[in-house]
Amino acid sequence: MQHGKYRFIVGFLAIPLAMYALFVVWPFIQSIYYSFTDWSGLSPDFQMVGFDNYSRMLGDDVFWKSLQHSLTFAVVLPLVTVGLALFFAFMLNVGGRRRRGAAVAGVRGSAFYKIVYFFPQVLSIAIVALLFQFAYNPNSGAINSVLKGVGLGSVQPDWLGDPNLALICVMVVLVWSTVGFFVVLFSAGMASIPKDFYEAALLDGANRITTFFKITLPLLWDTVQSGWIYMGILALGAESFAVVQIMTVGPNGGGPDYSTIVMPLYVYQKAFRDGQAAYATTIGVALLVVTLAFAAVVMRFGRRERLEY
Amino acid sequence: MKAIDTPPAGSALPGPPEPGDVMVTKAAPSAPRKESKAEGVTLNVFSHGILILWAIMVIMPLLWAVMTSFKTDRAIFTSPWALPDKLHFENWSRAWTEAHMSDYFLNTVLVVGGSLVGTLLFGSMAAYVLARFDFPGNRFIYFLFIGGMSFPIILALVPLFYVLQNMALLNTLHGLILVYIAYSLPFTVFFLTAFFRTLPTSVAEAAFMDGASHTRTFFQVMLPMAKPGLISVGIFNFLGQWNQYLLPTVLNTEQEKKVLSQGLVQLAVSQGYKGDWSGLFAGLVMAMLPVLAAYIIFQRQVVAGLTAGAVK
Repeated sequence: MQHGKYRFIVGFLAIPLAMYALFVVWPFIQSIYYSFTDWSGLSPDFQMVGFDNYSRMLGDDVFWKSLQHSLTFAVVLPLVTVGLALFFAFMLNVGGRRRRGAAVAGVRGSAFYKIVYFFPQVLSIAIVALLFQFAYNPNSGAINSVLKGVGLGSVQPDWLGDPNLALICVMVVLVWSTVGFFVVLFSAGMASIPKDFYEAALLDGANRITTFFKITLPLLWDTVQSGWIYMGILALGAESFAVVQIMTVGPNGGGPDYSTIVMPLYVYQKAFRDGQAAYATTIGVALLVVTLAFAAVVMRFGRRERLEY
Repeated sequence: MKAIDTPPAGSALPGPPEPGDVMVTKAAPSAPRKESKAEGVTLNVFSHGILILWAIMVIMPLLWAVMTSFKTDRAIFTSPWALPDKLHFENWSRAWTEAHMSDYFLNTVLVVGGSLVGTLLFGSMAAYVLARFDFPGNRFIYFLFIGGMSFPIILALVPLFYVLQNMALLNTLHGLILVYIAYSLPFTVFFLTAFFRTLPTSVAEAAFMDGASHTRTFFQVMLPMAKPGLISVGIFNFLGQWNQYLLPTVLNTEQEKKVLSQGLVQLAVSQGYKGDWSGLFAGLVMAMLPVLAAYIIFQRQVVAGLTAGAVK
């Protein structure tokens, strides 16, 4: 297999690697370099300014606000989404009426639930955000008119227009659109846990809640952990940008200024609205640090002995 | 949903399980059946209730959008949940032609078509070499690729904007295709490298012995064998690229080059000024339905494709 091996390797790797280097790796390196300059992005001239951008960032109230919101996303969203998904998946797989010969059974129609729950996952986050922007509309939106319909006409929140509610509204949309994915993911993992385990535990007098914490969760731990990291990266990155930008910044959103700002959106605004490319990359570097720290923390505290079965 | 310690038939009172309980259930084989039945029924009703509730919460917003797209603007504002008085199909035709939905669709099909083919071709080439050949730097290149999965894209976007500008690729569809391919490579390479490793080596060796070149072995023997993996990762990339919002928002801002997701957001802005909400909802549903329909038809493959990466 040696004949022409290296020529083949180079020939096959050249194009993908060149594209990847040019459009992904090189911009990443550049952006770290630019964070030490005063480049505006508009003109080709710039100078090295050392840590000026970083000290400016530390004194920037909006940056701290965006950091705080992004951290909230990274902590709350995986917790709620993974928690809800585990709950639903457990119901789907174990909540069923007991059938002859099986200790645990899935509910009837679990295939149907899985199909429906997965719907939001195939839709563009932009479409989902637009849809909910209208649903949240205080005057004619779907949510407030439901409230009116059930006799809660006096409870008509401003939703996205209320600085205290806007961030929660945005998070609810992200949960709505991602739970289904994790339900299907965990459900597949739970289906591969041998039924004898449950049978043995139930015979020994354990109830279903105990079986969840003593059997399901430990055996599913690897999947839960990677799901947790995946959701956190999503909550820190492009997904949160799209939802916040579309729902609360657009001319129809009317979100109160900066009450929902997240780090990726602040990077975008500084670079492409305010012409401060160098400062934008500085915030981007901070986002990179937060993302890597998040993944490291989850892996560190999530480490457990791997269980084979 | 706790175990019941005394088994009166039909009672579902919760009580803590006691050690003695186990003895009783083991000693009396008829008892546990009743217990678990009561527990099972309560649990079953409870789980169905919760599951149905979430199913409704998922479906209602989508149904509401479909319903709204057939209503007049007046009806949308006065009674958001009422059924449309008649099916106003003119909303749909207005969105399709006047609001440029047809252009957005065409652009999206072109961009996603081009980048999907490119992603699968280049991704499988790189993955095959990384999975099957030993050479200095193999590990480094592999980790360089998969490292891209956890980095925030927005950080690279600021310089990338100017890289594309200098190469005259900004606001062009082919520029967008190249960028889509580059940003799809990390996951594609990660997934396909693992997949190529699982394929047997003997077939490729036999082909090589028979005088086929490495290139020919790859295209005529290995690629057909890798079809299931290509389908999974293809579906994953198709949905990701079709739904992409961040990249086109930054790199492709010219009106007539816009793709669906950003076109819709643009539509929300412009129709908002005109007050044409029904047209906007028609556009939204128009963008939603093809993906939902495709998902329902290829349900099994889509789920396998989207969850494959995370299970590994």
